[in-house]
Amino acid sequence: MLLMAIVLGGLFAGGLYLMLARSITRVLLGLVLIGHATNLLIFTAGGLVRGRPPLVPAGQTEPAAGYADPLPQALILTAIVISFALTAFTAVLVRGTYQAAGTEDSDDLRSTDT
Amino acid sequence: MKLLLVAPILIPLLTAGVTVAFWRAARFRAWCGVVGAAALLAAGGLLLAATAGGQVRTVQIGNWPAPFGITLAVDLFSALMVLITGIIGLMVAVYSLADVDIPRQRYGYFPLFHILLAGVCGAFITGDIFNLYVWFEVMLMASFLLLALGSERAQLEGAFKYVTINLISSMVFLTGVGILYGTAHTLNLADLALRVPEMMDRHGHLVRACAMLFGVCFGLKAAVFPLFFWLPASYATPPAAVSAVFAGLLTKVGVYALIRVFTLVFGSIPGIYALILVVAGLTMLVGVLGAVAQFEMRRILSFHIISQIGYMIMGLGLLVSSDPGVRTLGLTAGIFYIIHHIIVKTNLFLVSGTVRQLGGTYDLRSLGGLVRAPLLSALFLIPALSLAGIPPLSGFWAKLGLIEAGFLGGQNTIVIVALLTSLLTLVSMMKIWNEVFWKPAPQDAPEPAEPMAPGQWAARFIPIALLAGLTVLIGLFPAPLLTLAGRAADRLLNPAAYISAVNLHEAAVAGLSTTQISEDKP
Repeated sequence: MLLMAIVLGGLFAGGLYLMLARSITRVLLGLVLIGHATNLLIFTAGGLVRGRPPLVPAGQTEPAAGYADPLPQALILTAIVISFALTAFTAVLVRGTYQAAGTEDSDDLRSTDT
Repeated sequence: MKLLLVAPILIPLLTAGVTVAFWRAARFRAWCGVVGAAALLAAGGLLLAATAGGQVRTVQIGNWPAPFGITLAVDLFSALMVLITGIIGLMVAVYSLADVDIPRQRYGYFPLFHILLAGVCGAFITGDIFNLYVWFEVMLMASFLLLALGSERAQLEGAFKYVTINLISSMVFLTGVGILYGTAHTLNLADLALRVPEMMDRHGHLVRACAMLFGVCFGLKAAVFPLFFWLPASYATPPAAVSAVFAGLLTKVGVYALIRVFTLVFGSIPGIYALILVVAGLTMLVGVLGAVAQFEMRRILSFHIISQIGYMIMGLGLLVSSDPGVRTLGLTAGIFYIIHHIIVKTNLFLVSGTVRQLGGTYDLRSLGGLVRAPLLSALFLIPALSLAGIPPLSGFWAKLGLIEAGFLGGQNTIVIVALLTSLLTLVSMMKIWNEVFWKPAPQDAPEPAEPMAPGQWAARFIPIALLAGLTVLIGLFPAPLLTLAGRAADRLLNPAAYISAVNLHEAAVAGLSTTQISEDKP
């Protein structure tokens, strides 16, 4: 649990640090890191249980107490699929922006500000 | 009934599928998009009829009993929102026939448009917080692509900012969902409504943290102060039809989620509504001041979205009062405001697209003399005055309700801010009016465009005229909509019917000590 907390903190901090950079590629990498951190957070918040699948043993009506909650895993699976698609799109967008603007420095991307 | 409840999601998805299947038949696809939007409007109407008496209709997807599966729950508020989505969808689909160029249509404008509508409707009718996240993502993915479609430099820059900020807000949302599930062990909104107040004693800090995470995430989507800066940077870049549907619907999904979650789940946190009220006041003021400083038509309108969001949030913030009359009145006016605003703001963006078509630019300094198009001028004036709240248009009733509720609740500061914002809104609407329509065209004005073909003209003017007509109609006969909004607000403030309609499974309710479930069984 403690290990997970440290890993999570590291991922969030690293992601945020990268997102503060001026290079838009780094921003993309920061988003990816924070995405992983969020998924791990759901996993941790849902309760960490080692090696106890929620299966009903033969001849019984409910699984042995202390089983792992399957729902957070389903949530994370959904979130991973969605963030995969979004990351792919963002990568293309970063490339497109770089090609259209000729720079990947976010300080130069100001044509929409006044 | 079950089919009707899923129809607002199925119809746009089906339309998107058909339009993808006929990839090469551009005209057929465009008309298919219009027909699909009309079908969505019809479904919205039926849904409203099914809930108009205040009933809550639910369907358990795959017959998994709540709260173990995904529940769709439609109350009057949801039905109103779906109906208005249908109206906007149809109007913008017709307008797109003229406004969205052929390359953009070829690269999948209509399928994306309908997927966007599916995401918006899904967010309105779901009764499960993780499912809400999924619909948000569906909506966002489609909006990202619509925003970037065309790949002009400004569009890509705007899209990059929009995508980044929305991805961050999704992560915040997901973090909130994770923590909430870790403490409450449920994701069903009705179940959460029962459990969260109980958790306030033991896990108060976690509940507050979750409320803040959801507040930040929905606030970002709704563009409230201080999370609004991305909106003018991105909404002013795509074609007018796209900005119109974004301006009308996307931020309002955030407002809807704020109202739903902060009435149903987090209403018991002390001080939460006072905070929302402060945010509402700042949002109004900052938005309108931003607008006054701008000279690009769509950027002015974008800043006005922000200040108008402040009014809607004010309806939620007025729940700070302990007087049930004030609470109902405030929320009623807030809901009325949402409906009014969606119609008016979409219309203004559609008008701006036509101004651009006639005058060649969005920049007020290079525009002028458009009074030579008297019909367009009149059709601009109606939504513009309604936005500022001039009687007898729809905005007047919406603002009147909010200000009356504010006075009755003793919140004089917010009332003054609201009135001041209203005045400044009028100032900046008059600025557009003078600069675009009355001022003589400047020397460096772009060459006037060629006269539009009759089909183009019809596709542009019919939606604008219909929406303006709707604004006038609501203004002259506000009673039916006010009654519906009042009933919707009443249902939001007394969620027992919503909770019992979701019909939670006994196993889930067993651990609860409340008796709330049994009361108000239909």
